Amino acid sequence: MPYREREESVTLERMEAPLAGTEVEPDAELFTVNMGPHHPATHGVLRLLCTLEGEVVRDVVPLIGYVHTGIEKSCEDQQYWKAITFVERMDYLAYYFNAYAYCSAVERLLDEEVPRRAQYLRVVHMELNRIASHLFWLGTSALDLGAITMLWWALRDRDTILDLFEMSGGQRLHPRYFQVGGVMEDLPPGWAAKCLDFTKNMVARIDQYEALLNENQIFIERLRDVGIVPQERLRSLGVSGPLMRATGDPWDLRKTMPYSSYEDFDFKIPVGTIGDHYDRYRVRIAEMRESLKIIEQAVEGMPEGPFITPNRKVALPPRHELATSMEALIHHFKLVTEGFRVPPGEVYEAIESPRGELGCFVVADGSSKPARVHMRDPSFVNLQCLPDMARDELIADLIAGIAMLDPILGGIDR
Amino acid sequence: MIDATGLELIARSVRQAVGEGTVRDTIHAHGQATLDVAPESARNVLGFLRDHADEPFDFLASLHGCDYFPAEPRLAVHYQLLSTERRERLGVRTRLTVEAAEAGTLPTVTDLWATADFQEKETFDFFGVRFDGHEDLRRLHMPEDYEGHPQRRDFPIGGEPVLYTFNEHTTPRWYE
Repeated sequence: MPYREREESVTLERMEAPLAGTEVEPDAELFTVNMGPHHPATHGVLRLLCTLEGEVVRDVVPLIGYVHTGIEKSCEDQQYWKAITFVERMDYLAYYFNAYAYCSAVERLLDEEVPRRAQYLRVVHMELNRIASHLFWLGTSALDLGAITMLWWALRDRDTILDLFEMSGGQRLHPRYFQVGGVMEDLPPGWAAKCLDFTKNMVARIDQYEALLNENQIFIERLRDVGIVPQERLRSLGVSGPLMRATGDPWDLRKTMPYSSYEDFDFKIPVGTIGDHYDRYRVRIAEMRESLKIIEQAVEGMPEGPFITPNRKVALPPRHELATSMEALIHHFKLVTEGFRVPPGEVYEAIESPRGELGCFVVADGSSKPARVHMRDPSFVNLQCLPDMARDELIADLIAGIAMLDPILGGIDR
Repeated sequence: MIDATGLELIARSVRQAVGEGTVRDTIHAHGQATLDVAPESARNVLGFLRDHADEPFDFLASLHGCDYFPAEPRLAVHYQLLSTERRERLGVRTRLTVEAAEAGTLPTVTDLWATADFQEKETFDFFGVRFDGHEDLRRLHMPEDYEGHPQRRDFPIGGEPVLYTFNEHTTPRWYE
């Protein structure tokens, strides 16, 4: 077709129609916008390809792999007790949960009993970690929605938890406190009092957060009735954790399949009603209150006894024995140089992390290194519901959706 | 927790409903139950377990690959099913040779559970298991033009230069 003819065939009628005062809007054009991987609102290096129609999101494709570091592969080259350091770095806000999932999988392969005191110590640390993780989520999510005060408030209280971690495990992040068979050390003097002090203050702090956010018009308008995904669809997508409980499904592995003495504690499972962003926010806030209850019960009812299994084939002997006992020295030497061997087998161990079901699959081949370590990370699976959440809503709600999804890219990419 | 007898009952009902040769083995160890099924019938077995009225395993908790090198058949795909009603887990494992995995003998389960989409992509990326019928099977974590499947046991750890391979063909070994 000659150029002139083609030009004449273009009609501007539709474009001009609204200018002439009619009610008909021109068909908006679809365009694709790249968001990320470096974007402050994506909570990590998450890249989203958004198809937009004006300001309305028609489709989102999450692209991941920007922080893939091959942790699962690296674990295959480490002795069992050294791999704990690696798995902790997957979901970097819930490190105690990663370590627990891995350690309990190895304990199951070894058929190793964990002393009651160690189970309680693990529960205390995991619940503190849950609060720390939810606080970080609260601060960054509120920041995404324009409430910068929450970031300072939430991180201030998270710092108190990190102080407790530093006291007990020696590190603020990734303390490697959990060992196969128990925990690294008993609580230092003064820890329990400091922890109970924190739980007492934290109740008032959560009240403060709620006073700031629950009646905040902007916050409510941004969250209410936004990002609803039907429960059946979420179940098919494999979504678990607070996102699932926000729709009213009271599934929590701490209750349904108790592990690490969770059956000893009295706590409730908060659920939402319709599963919008507001429900997701309320469920997580309520979970923090329940975690505080568990911590108080566990610290006050802490059983006496050893904090790690007395089995010298798995756990290091106490330091003072090395000076007097030849056997202890041999065990110490064998454990540090070779590590312990695990009989062949494979297990899948699942626990409730702050983001949902965290599963750890370990295959042992009889040597002192795992043949395969796989983490079923809740962030990785939950990310698949983002397109359903954001479709046909405004792009500003996509940002709210990412915030309420609470993805941790270290866990997604591993 | 499914005990050894319960696992045999499930295996029997699967054999009756789906076919005699579908369940190759039953494994009950460390308090966990696993069915070993033939790759061709894996999808049918999983569909039966999901929809069977008495004991529906409605939730696919995890799907992941595994390499049992040097044992044969080398590769395996694990499905971790969860029954929210029974509050029990059931593992389904299917083992297949490298050739069979790359030829696409294992059907996809994305139509049964939408969650399998990412996890099958990941298994394809890391182990080279080609899921038959998956609509958009591509690499997920590794770059699109990456060669090899890094989670296989014969893939070496380390010694690999960090590449941003999109300009590698124009300026080879630019990173040195």
